[in-house]
Amino acid sequence: MATPAFPRPDMPGPQPVATANVNSDAVQRTPLLRTSGGERSDRIFQSAITACGFAVLGVLVLIVYELVSRSGLSWHAFGFKFFASSDWDPVNEQFGALPFIYGTLVSSLVALIIAVPLSVGVAVFTTEMCPKQLRSPLSFFVELLAAIPSVIYGLWAFFVLVPLLSGYVQPFLSKTFGWTGLFSGPPYGIGMLAAGIILAIMIIPIISSIAREVLQVVPQHQREAVLALGATRWEMIRVGVLRNARAGIVGGIILGLGRALGETMAVTMVIGNRPEIAKSLFAPGHTMASVLATEFSEATGDTYLSALIEIGLALFLVTIIVNALARLLVWTVTRGQPARGHV
Amino acid sequence: MSETAPGKSVVPPVSLRRRVTDHVMTGLAILTVFLVLTPLVAIFGYLVYRGVGSLSWNFLTQIPKPVGEEGGGMANAIVGSVMILGIASIIGVPFGIGAGIYLAEFGRNRLGSVIRFTADVLNGVPSIVIGIVGYAIVVLYQHHFSALAGGVALAIMMVPTICRTTEEMLLLVPQALREAAYGLGVPRWRTTLSIVLRTATSGVITGVMLAFARIAGETAPLLFTTLGNQFWNLRYDQPTAALPLQIYVYANSPYEDWHRQAWAGSFILILLIVSSIAAVRYVVRRGSFGAA
Repeated sequence: MATPAFPRPDMPGPQPVATANVNSDAVQRTPLLRTSGGERSDRIFQSAITACGFAVLGVLVLIVYELVSRSGLSWHAFGFKFFASSDWDPVNEQFGALPFIYGTLVSSLVALIIAVPLSVGVAVFTTEMCPKQLRSPLSFFVELLAAIPSVIYGLWAFFVLVPLLSGYVQPFLSKTFGWTGLFSGPPYGIGMLAAGIILAIMIIPIISSIAREVLQVVPQHQREAVLALGATRWEMIRVGVLRNARAGIVGGIILGLGRALGETMAVTMVIGNRPEIAKSLFAPGHTMASVLATEFSEATGDTYLSALIEIGLALFLVTIIVNALARLLVWTVTRGQPARGHV
Repeated sequence: MSETAPGKSVVPPVSLRRRVTDHVMTGLAILTVFLVLTPLVAIFGYLVYRGVGSLSWNFLTQIPKPVGEEGGGMANAIVGSVMILGIASIIGVPFGIGAGIYLAEFGRNRLGSVIRFTADVLNGVPSIVIGIVGYAIVVLYQHHFSALAGGVALAIMMVPTICRTTEEMLLLVPQALREAAYGLGVPRWRTTLSIVLRTATSGVITGVMLAFARIAGETAPLLFTTLGNQFWNLRYDQPTAALPLQIYVYANSPYEDWHRQAWAGSFILILLIVSSIAAVRYVVRRGSFGAA
């Protein structure tokens, strides 16, 4: 460290105020200046508020502790084989989580394949193309999708989407793309495909609202610069906007993935709930969340319950990692806009 | 201006291929908007069509009839939902607002960043996992399913949402207001509660209502905490019916009459949620201080 360029002149420091010499009874103190009382209540207030802050940490620790300690039985019995075996047989107490992991991954993947182009398209339209008056109602409607409870999505999917799929979409798909093996088998409607579609509808608002946020923070002069070079509007969007917002959009997609992985009710109602691994998307399946929803309250025996809780723990860890990754990506683009900038 | 040559002669014309790409892409973007809005319209339309058609006075005032009998309603589930949401709010709102105050007023340090990140991560924990935790920390100790367990699980879901919105709203309060209060000798706790929190009230209420709307429709955490009940229950430590749970059970049943009731229940639920969001927008518009 260098010495300061302008050494301070020798100034008398703050002198202790000679309150001690004054007879305290004689001083008329206004309530606001009674510092001793204020300090004590300040300390009480600050510790209460800090306790609330620690409660947030406490909740996370509590979740981890409960999941880890209560899944120990299954962990000791099966070890890593738990995640590699596809044998789910509660009667003989054999538990392997592979079909559920497979179901979760495939249904989320289908959802992403459908949802990503749609949500990026909506975000691009609302920020770059649509007339100003349309902008806020449009985003309001898309976000209204996020307010519908999962169970109502499930109800709608079960009574409207599934009949549509089995009556029209699946026969068409199996006739045209049946050779891929992905769209074969009897068109029940219920199965992986239905789960993927309803998940896509549910995560579109998440991805598109984050993508919109990210597109909005792309500086205006980037657009102007590209336009000034003679680009068409699409070229401006591709080169000037999307390329700059890439990391943030990927963050939004991963956030949507996190939601899709843990989504329970709507998936449980349409996926068919059978612990099987099938190549065809028409076949019924099971996800980590849906097996918890359907079997947890009926689980008899400690190993069974413990195996279910271990699935919960795995689901928890995966979503934590996915979410943390997404937050970091979104933060790098928007620079933590929502909650920094204090002073 | 008039002396310069007309634009055509200076700027080379945009090639046909580029113009076509531009129009095709615009068309595709408009198409995506329609594709996204279609399910929204379909869901809301079908919900209102089936819901209003199935709604009746009996539905709102009676409890479920035994299996196989026509009629009955969800009165106990509506009251049960109100009870569970009440318990969740009593526990979750103070903690959430407190944690938000901590982050905004004292959280400019490493601990603050850790808590902020934890809250964001907690927001993404699947609700079914929260249900397991509710089961483990309440049901296993009480030895039976209860409204309290469901309330605790939902409270855990409320805290991170409320915490982050409260923080955002408090940070919007100008620093000058705090300094003015300190300058008058007002202690810090008084400043925070009567000046900062007071100024941001409508924003904080917005956050609370949004968290409420989010948990109101949650089903997964209630599956093995409150369990559901076919009869009246007003006790906090007994299995309780809840609207989303009842919808789930009825949707999975083979009875047409129960399907109708599931739609009516969904209609009531969405009415509850949309009206709380509408209340938020009203508060935000009226208050001088809204969500920015």
